[in-house]
Amino acid sequence: MSEAIKTQVQQQRIRVERERRIAASRRNKIFFAVFIAIALVAPFGIYPVFLMKLLCFALFACAFNLLLGYAGLLSFGHAAFLATGGYITGFVLTEYSGLSTEVGILAGTAASAVLGLGFGLLAIRRQGIYFAMITLALAQLVFFMYMQSSFTGGENGLQGVPRGHLFGFIDLQDNLNMYYFVLAVFLFGFLLIQRTIHSPYGQVLKAIRENEPRAISLGYNVDAHKLLAFVLSAALTGLAGSTKTVVYQLASLTDAHWHMSGEVILMTLLGGVGTVLGPFVGASIVVTLQTYLSSGPLGAWVHVILGVIFVLCVLMFRAGIVGWTTKLVQKNFK
Amino acid sequence: MMILFGVPLSVLLGQLLLGLINGAFYALLSLGLAIIFGLLRIINFAHGALYMLGAFVTVLSLQYLGINYWFALFLAPLTVGLIGMAIEKGLLRRIVGEDHLYGLLLTFGLALIIEGLFVKLFGVSGSSYPMPDALKGGFNLGFMFLPKYRAWVIVAALVVCFVTWYMIERTRLGSYLRAGTENPKLMQAFGINVPLLITLTYGYGAALAAFAGVLAAPIYPVSPGMGANLLIVVFAVVVIGGMGSIMGAIITGLLMGLIEGLTKVFYPEAANTVVFLVMVLVLLVRPAGLFGKET
Amino acid sequence: MKGLRKAISLIVTAGLLSSTAQAAISDDEIRIGYLADMSGTYRDLSGPGGLEALKMAVEDFGGQVNGKKIVLFNADDLNKPDVGANTVRQWIDEKNVDVITGLVATSVVMAVNKIVEQENKLALISGSASSALTNEFCSPNHIHWVYDTYALSNGTAHAVLQEGGKDWFILAADYAFGHALEADLSRVIEAEGGKVVGKVRHPFPSTDFSSYILQAQGSGAEVVALANAGADMVNALQTASQFGLTQSGQKLAGMVVFLNDVHSMGLDVTQGLMLTTGWYWDMNDETRAWAQRYYERVGRMPGMAQAGVYSSTLHYLNAVKETGSDETQVVRTQMMGTPINDMFAKNGTLREDGRMVHDMYLAQVKTPAESKSEWDLYKILRTIPGDQAYRPLADSQCKLINN
Repeated sequence: MSEAIKTQVQQQRIRVERERRIAASRRNKIFFAVFIAIALVAPFGIYPVFLMKLLCFALFACAFNLLLGYAGLLSFGHAAFLATGGYITGFVLTEYSGLSTEVGILAGTAASAVLGLGFGLLAIRRQGIYFAMITLALAQLVFFMYMQSSFTGGENGLQGVPRGHLFGFIDLQDNLNMYYFVLAVFLFGFLLIQRTIHSPYGQVLKAIRENEPRAISLGYNVDAHKLLAFVLSAALTGLAGSTKTVVYQLASLTDAHWHMSGEVILMTLLGGVGTVLGPFVGASIVVTLQTYLSSGPLGAWVHVILGVIFVLCVLMFRAGIVGWTTKLVQKNFK
Repeated sequence: MMILFGVPLSVLLGQLLLGLINGAFYALLSLGLAIIFGLLRIINFAHGALYMLGAFVTVLSLQYLGINYWFALFLAPLTVGLIGMAIEKGLLRRIVGEDHLYGLLLTFGLALIIEGLFVKLFGVSGSSYPMPDALKGGFNLGFMFLPKYRAWVIVAALVVCFVTWYMIERTRLGSYLRAGTENPKLMQAFGINVPLLITLTYGYGAALAAFAGVLAAPIYPVSPGMGANLLIVVFAVVVIGGMGSIMGAIITGLLMGLIEGLTKVFYPEAANTVVFLVMVLVLLVRPAGLFGKET
Repeated sequence: MKGLRKAISLIVTAGLLSSTAQAAISDDEIRIGYLADMSGTYRDLSGPGGLEALKMAVEDFGGQVNGKKIVLFNADDLNKPDVGANTVRQWIDEKNVDVITGLVATSVVMAVNKIVEQENKLALISGSASSALTNEFCSPNHIHWVYDTYALSNGTAHAVLQEGGKDWFILAADYAFGHALEADLSRVIEAEGGKVVGKVRHPFPSTDFSSYILQAQGSGAEVVALANAGADMVNALQTASQFGLTQSGQKLAGMVVFLNDVHSMGLDVTQGLMLTTGWYWDMNDETRAWAQRYYERVGRMPGMAQAGVYSSTLHYLNAVKETGSDETQVVRTQMMGTPINDMFAKNGTLREDGRMVHDMYLAQVKTPAESKSEWDLYKILRTIPGDQAYRPLADSQCKLINN
């Protein structure tokens, strides 16, 4: 083929790629707008406490997805961060009852970030299954610590956490106020993750995930980049835990148990690892299934159903529900 | 009576013996996991569910078919081994060559399904299984009364472990297996049916888990969740030992049983957690585990 | 009776269906929520059987109070405080449920109590054991009906001490309930001149008790007390049997033993075990008649918790009928002013701290030879009068008592 035609084809390809990206970005913006619209009116039709639970777990899944989908690290110990956010916030708000709610939440988030730094420093050097196992072991140690501490209330959990007042004057005991605050927290976390992914740092992270030896040879401090992703993921998970504790006014060992670490993996995989909407979709499905199936006649089948979905996802919908629907849409609505 | 660390020597000896017995149990379970990972590179999160299946086959075969303990020792591993082979051929085969992550997630999902089904069928509470008559009672060792059954557990577990190790490391079949997983194409060229070997290996790992389940039935409650709680401890043991190492799994299992036993004397509340502390410490010093090789 | 049962099932279904619609919540109904472990280790303690007992109470009362329908809700708390608390919160927020009953695991109960106190609703606790519920954690919004750790320790420990067991070894579950039981028990032992020669706290839950039983054997104690419940207690007992603990002369005392535990373990393992109970099905004609009705519906004999659900519900409904109101404090005051006289208790009284004080019974598990039928498991040795069984108000740390 002649050189001129080759260049033309190349330019054509670049143009098509760019158009696709613009279309995708426009699509995402529309989805986002629709999401905000629905989210603003949802609490008037659906039980707000349920919606808040959904948002907290969606944030948890998004934070986990940052680590797994974008940094390529599978952690088995994220429950430790969820619990730390919850317990520290619960403790601060219970001990210092005059304190504004957001201060308590900040304390919980900061504590999780610090714990994330600790875990990260110990685990980052390892790869694959060893990394996952170290995070699991560390999380188990944290679980034990929380179980034995008196401030956590052990098996009873930290109870009676006051919702308090936001910025000192917005009463969060009102479910509607609380809901909009949780929505704001979720959006903050979500947008922060998006900015991180699309930043230069995010690009380096992507390069590391796709070809680590090359990234090292190019001179990037791979460990530092991974560590930052880990700390960010831990901090946002802590934020989700802190907020959840204020919603439910309770922090319990369930949050620190390794089952919780497994659940967030399930949510992320289900929705689609490395996708933007995946974690939210996955979290919504799992939380809804658990809440509404458990009380109905299908209650005993919840775990079986979740397990089947899990297996199907791994075998067929490797990209998760979001990934699968995206491919479907791309195929049919080119 | 001699006192060691504030505890009479006789008590310490008794606890160490009990720890060794639990250790033999861990060794048996870790062995199955280590084989499946070391040879097949599959992180088998369904191992706990397979262990539970072994125990349930034992209980149910007695309840409905009148099959006693001694036959169950062969029946349960055989049944679960076949189930394992079906799992490998039907499901795990489809993700061969993919990231380890997928094997882990697939087997995790499988465990959820199996355990969920059993909870639905049998409820969460445990069933009990009668102690086989020949093993009732015990030996008075002076420093403690050792039930005959516990002595049997340690003997049976160690024998099976040793036989397995010998088969893999010293026989020709074992060498085919080791070579087949390292370089399947070459082995196929030599006429060895590698896929069959892989299926059989997973089945054998499952059978080992089920054997542990049979051993557990008379002394631990048989409930659908019995494997889940044990699984992460066993994983920790395998990681400490080094994920590919067969001998590592056996020795570490015994070692962890002893350490856990001592913890139960001096700080019992931490008995379920000490294995993780050991794992963190070991991995800091030896990243591939005690007997592992860096891949 | 059958038509009534059908009507109640329809009402329950309607109640469940209407949960998805955001209909206006009418207050011309008495709404009772039943929360318990329906599928886990404490399933047979109250569980689905307790729900049946609740339905029996509602049916026996006529299905309505002064024309207002009685509507039932139920949920499985999975023994988790967050699941239980969230369910109750949703029941109160969305369906304006008036009273919560069942309530087994102490951790769940404490979380539920916080919510119920905040919203000024009522909780009738039949399953949980901790005596702290009417002590430092008392409130004007919950009532503890059937038993507690103080009464159990008092009863069983006292009886064993009388028989000559002076040196004790305590094996306790390592969480709040186990700690509370260990404390109550130690107090009784030391008050009567006995001595705690050793103790160990095992992780909750545990599967392998061999090490702890060995420690108990090595301690030289005359009595080994099991300060745990459910699967842990069953496990410990079976391990003790394997290690020949009682053969070598030591006595076993189970602090929290339920009928379903003895039934599942069998008389071979449990014979001779001393225990304290709040109620037993085979005590008199009244208890036997009710137990027979329950057995026909459930297929198992009732334990004290299920009997307690029945009794507390009836007492509640009677109070609502007398006062014509379902406002929590009005009903509670009425309940406190009326003695409890039914198949569960005679001359039971409700104290200011929320404790329902009634006679407790010291029982011993029968030998296989003594037992004439599947559920003929206990012989009642003696009655412990209510005013001696429970913590006296003078010792109470409850904020409602001026001490």
